[in-house]
Parts: sequence; structure tokens; C-alpha cells
Amino acid sequence: MAAVTLEGVSKIYHGGVQAVRNVSFDVPDGSFCVLVGPSGCGKSTLLRMIAGLETISAGTVGIGGRVVNDVEPADRDIAMVFQNYALYPHMSVYDNMAYGLRNRRTPKPEIDERVREAARILAIEPYLDRKPRALSGGQRQRVAMGRAIVRKPQVFLFDEPLSNLDAKLRVQMRVEIKRLQRSLGVTSVYVTHDQIEAMTLSDVLVVMNAGQVEQIGTPIELYRRPQTRFVAGFLGSPAMNFLPGRIGREPGTIMLDERPIRIATPPAAAPDTQVELGIRPEDLRLVPRGQAGALAMHIEFVEELGATQLVHGRIAAAPATVQVPTGAIPPEGTIELAVDPAATHLFDVASGRRL
Amino acid sequence: MEKRAVFGNRVLPYGLLAPQIAVTLIFFYWPAAQAVQHSFLVQDAFGLSTEFVWFENYKQLFSDPSYYRTLATTVIFSTAVTAVSLSVALLLAAMADREIKGATGYRTLLIWPYAVAPAVAGVLWIFMLDPSLGMISRAMRPLGIDWNPRLNGNHAMTQVVLASAWKQISYNFLFFLAGLQAIPKSVIEAAAIDGARRWRRFWTIILPLLSPTTFFLVIVNIVYAFFDTFGTIDTMTGGGPAKATETLVYKVYADGRLGGDLGGSAAQSVILMFIVISLTAVQFRFVERKVTY
Repeated sequence: MAAVTLEGVSKIYHGGVQAVRNVSFDVPDGSFCVLVGPSGCGKSTLLRMIAGLETISAGTVGIGGRVVNDVEPADRDIAMVFQNYALYPHMSVYDNMAYGLRNRRTPKPEIDERVREAARILAIEPYLDRKPRALSGGQRQRVAMGRAIVRKPQVFLFDEPLSNLDAKLRVQMRVEIKRLQRSLGVTSVYVTHDQIEAMTLSDVLVVMNAGQVEQIGTPIELYRRPQTRFVAGFLGSPAMNFLPGRIGREPGTIMLDERPIRIATPPAAAPDTQVELGIRPEDLRLVPRGQAGALAMHIEFVEELGATQLVHGRIAAAPATVQVPTGAIPPEGTIELAVDPAATHLFDVASGRRL
Repeated sequence: MEKRAVFGNRVLPYGLLAPQIAVTLIFFYWPAAQAVQHSFLVQDAFGLSTEFVWFENYKQLFSDPSYYRTLATTVIFSTAVTAVSLSVALLLAAMADREIKGATGYRTLLIWPYAVAPAVAGVLWIFMLDPSLGMISRAMRPLGIDWNPRLNGNHAMTQVVLASAWKQISYNFLFFLAGLQAIPKSVIEAAAIDGARRWRRFWTIILPLLSPTTFFLVIVNIVYAFFDTFGTIDTMTGGGPAKATETLVYKVYADGRLGGDLGGSAAQSVILMFIVISLTAVQFRFVERKVTY
């Protein structure tokens, strides 16, 4: 087992495109780190640099205290699960899993033992003699996992491993990956664009945008105190509402459309600074008409989720979403919502940073 | 999606097919039928009379030791041409597959030899391998090799193999390159992470995944070496010295046109026809099944 350390890592492609800019963070030994961000944010490139599949333009990557910048992928003692599984199509499931061990001259009885053990854990024992093309997507995914775990590597790398599965299987495999990682205790780095995967799997969550790290922390830290507007908008489903306004003259107020809204902690910024007030849909509470300090929301349409409804509409001119119990609201018109002053997030419009 | 074209007019489809059918009939079925007919006939030396002799021509052929020698020469020749052209093409394709600057230009240049006519290819190599004029033979002299394809049968064979293989490399290169590019990059990366170094990756992953391409090319190259190397052999060695480079196709020409034995030559053609038909049949069968790996 080993920690992964990144220091000032950058990737510049030929032609000067900078895919990753000066990224530094540590993945403690045995923890599960998820890199999340929109496509093109550099998360996969970063993972491939840890794997040794891309050269590192600047900075250092360390695995278990050893700088591996110039170490071949084969010698980094890592295993990787690819998005398209990358199984060897001409080999049986057994051979797919045994390949890495054979390359490392592991004794035959030990290979057999480890492959059967992995197959048992992943419930793919009946398929050991099959070729990958005779397997379903979920089974292929398991074989790819098996190929990683038989090696008993220092680090697992996952490159969007669940994105080719259907929704139901994805949830099931997500739970399985988490359980497997817990029981094996192998340091893992996992790349995804799915914020639910990111929230549920990670011990350490790294949100990336445009080649840079936006914020690092535990998922709940990032959810509760996003440091940038990007992180605030990226994590959480349905996404946070952003209402444009400015800081009021009276301390602890934000002016939304010339109406003051109270917030718990007065920001360290001058009055009249342009800000965005972020409120998660679950932090808006339906209140009777006419209550002081409530926000009026004009309903545009309602999405039915069963136990709850997602109401889409506009607060002032800004698009907003709120989650309410089914049947609590009229199908159209206006509703009034109260804001919990402690559950607000304030972002500077100019810098996008939390105030 | 409906792939079949539907014609309103009943005559039009036949009209469109007619030129192709005419070409096939005139240039393939007609001469093939003539060859079969001639293989049952014996003509006198002046071509004044012919006699129907049933399988006499075939019987004679199969009791002639020189026919088996030519068969052996052909097998050696085709095996060597196929092996040389496939391995060089694979090497070049593997190198071209990596991302290099000017790859497009480099690939185009590699394809050019395919456009060279067999006889011209032969002449090019004659100049390079000529015992007194050739650059290559001059370079070999200090190494103690007395290069003389005009007298030494093995040298002559090497020479025709080189020229014939060279011409086929471009074709093989194209297919190998396409085959290599069809292998998902992540599979090779997975093998790299699985601890396989370059060579081992090549032998255990790339080569097996290329096997459908390789199989297809083996058949194509054998057919080429059997039938399309006549021009090269004719310009370079004329089948000599002492029939050392006489292949089955060359023997058809030598016995029929030069030796005047039309009946025996026709019988040889018919045998060749069966060889090519069976090779093609094998190929079609496997190509249709996409060669399993």
C-alpha cells in the first residue's frame, strides 16, 4: 500500500495546450480519492500521468514516497480499470486476469489461486473460460476489476469505469467498488464526471475545472462549504440556485431585486459588491403567503419524482429549482419560499470565490 | 436499412450487369474453357493436326520429375516471398503506427512500389544486383560473397524473391497499418500497465489481434507469388539458371510458348486454376467468419 503525492504537476501538449496546470495534492495511504469535473477538465490526463501513460511536463508524481516521473507503467506497481474495460479480446477471462501475473513471473499455483480468489469475490467464476465478447457489459466490468485486484498493486486507478453501464448496474457496481476498496484497503484514484459517484465513493474529493484544482476535501466539506461558485454548482443534484444581487448597506443582508435577505455570517466585502447568493434546492422552505423576508417564485413547470416534486421557475429573474413534497403546491402561479440564513452561500461575481 | 436497390425497369439491371459479365466471359471463361479443351489434345510439331488423347497430358505431367522440381521451387519461392514481404511490411507498419512527424508523407511513399509494374520492378533490381554493375553486389564483394545470380541458382532465387517481395510490401503495409490502427489503444496501455514490455506486448497482444489481417494477407501473398510474379521472373532470370527460378506459372509459358507443347502447357494451366480456386475458397470461408481469435 502506498500514498500518492502530486506536486506542481502540469501537462502541456505539443502546440502549447495546457491540459493540467500546477496540480498538487496528496492521496493518503488506503484512501479513496475521486477526481471529478466536466469533460476536458484534465482529470483523465492527470490520472494517465499517475499511470505513466502520459509524460509529465512539469512537477513530480510520487507513489509510496518514490518519484515515478521516469518509471515505466509496468514498474509503478499500479493497476488500472479503463472506461471501455480494455480486456484482451483474444484471451479467456482467466487469461485476462492471469496476464499481469504471468508477465511478472508469478509461480503458476499462485496465479491460479489468486485468479480463482478474485473470480470468487467478483462472482465471475462461471465465466472463467469465456472470451470477453461472450460477456455482458457488467460482467466485462467485473473482469476488468478482477484483472486489477489479482495483481495486488500499490494503487488502483479507475478511468470512468462505470460510464458504459446502464443506470441500474452503475449504482450496483458503485457500491461494489466501494466495498472492495474498503476490504482490500488499496489506495485508489478514481476519475468520473458523475457527481453522485464522486460524492458517494470518495474519502478525498478533488474537483477540477479547466486543468486546475478548484477544491480538495471530504465530500461533505465540499458540499457544505464550496470555496468557488464552480464547486457549488457542480456538486449536488438538483444543482444549487444562484440568485444575483449585491451586498446590502445594512450588515448581514443581501439585496435581491432591492429586497433585503438575511444571511448568518456577514461577508468580508464592501457594500454594493456584485454577488451571487447560492441556495441549495433543499434549503428553500415553502411558507404561507405574506411572510416577511420570503422569496416569491413564479412556477414554470413541475417535475414529478414520486415522494417529492421538483419545481422549476424563477425567483426575480433568475432560474431556480426547489424540492417540495408532492401535492404541497399549486400547479401554477407563485409560491413563497423562506431561506435558512445559515444555509446560504455567497460568491463574488468577479472572481467566483466564496465570500 | 434496405441495402438492396430496387429497379422499376426489368431490363435495366441486366443492362448494368452486362459489361462485367461480358468481360468475365471473354477474358476468363472463354480462355479457361480453351485451356481445359487443349489439355485433352495433342498437336503435332507443325500444328497441322490435333488428336484427342483424354488424360494423356496429365499422366505425362505427373510422371515427369521436372514437374515436381518446379512445384518444389514454387513452394520455396512463394513461402520466401510471403515471409519476407509480410515481415518487412509488419515492421514498417509497426513503426509508422507510432505518431511521427510527416507520417502522411511517409506512408504515401511506402505505398508507391505497389504502382510499379512487375517487369519494371525486375529491371530495377537487376541493376542493383547485377554481378558487375550492381551497387549491392559490389558491396557484397568485400564480404567474400561471390555474387552471381546468372550462374548460382540460390543467388538467382534470392534475387527474384527480393524483387517480388519488395513489390508486395506496400500492399501488405497498408493492411497491417489499418489492422494496427484498429487495435484499441487502451488494450495496449492495459498490457503496459500489466507489466508487458514492448516486445512482449507485440507477441502476446498485437500479433494475435492482427491475426485476421495476417491470415488474409498470407493467402493474398501466396496467390501473388504463384501467379503475379511472372514479369519479375521473366525479366530477371527467365526461369534460370538451369530452371532454378522456374515456377509453375513460368513453366506453363516455357513449355507452351517456347517448347511448343500446347497440350501439356494447357494441362498445367488447368492444375494452376484448381490451386487458385481452392486458395480463394479458403480465403472466402475464413474472411466471412472474420477469423476468430
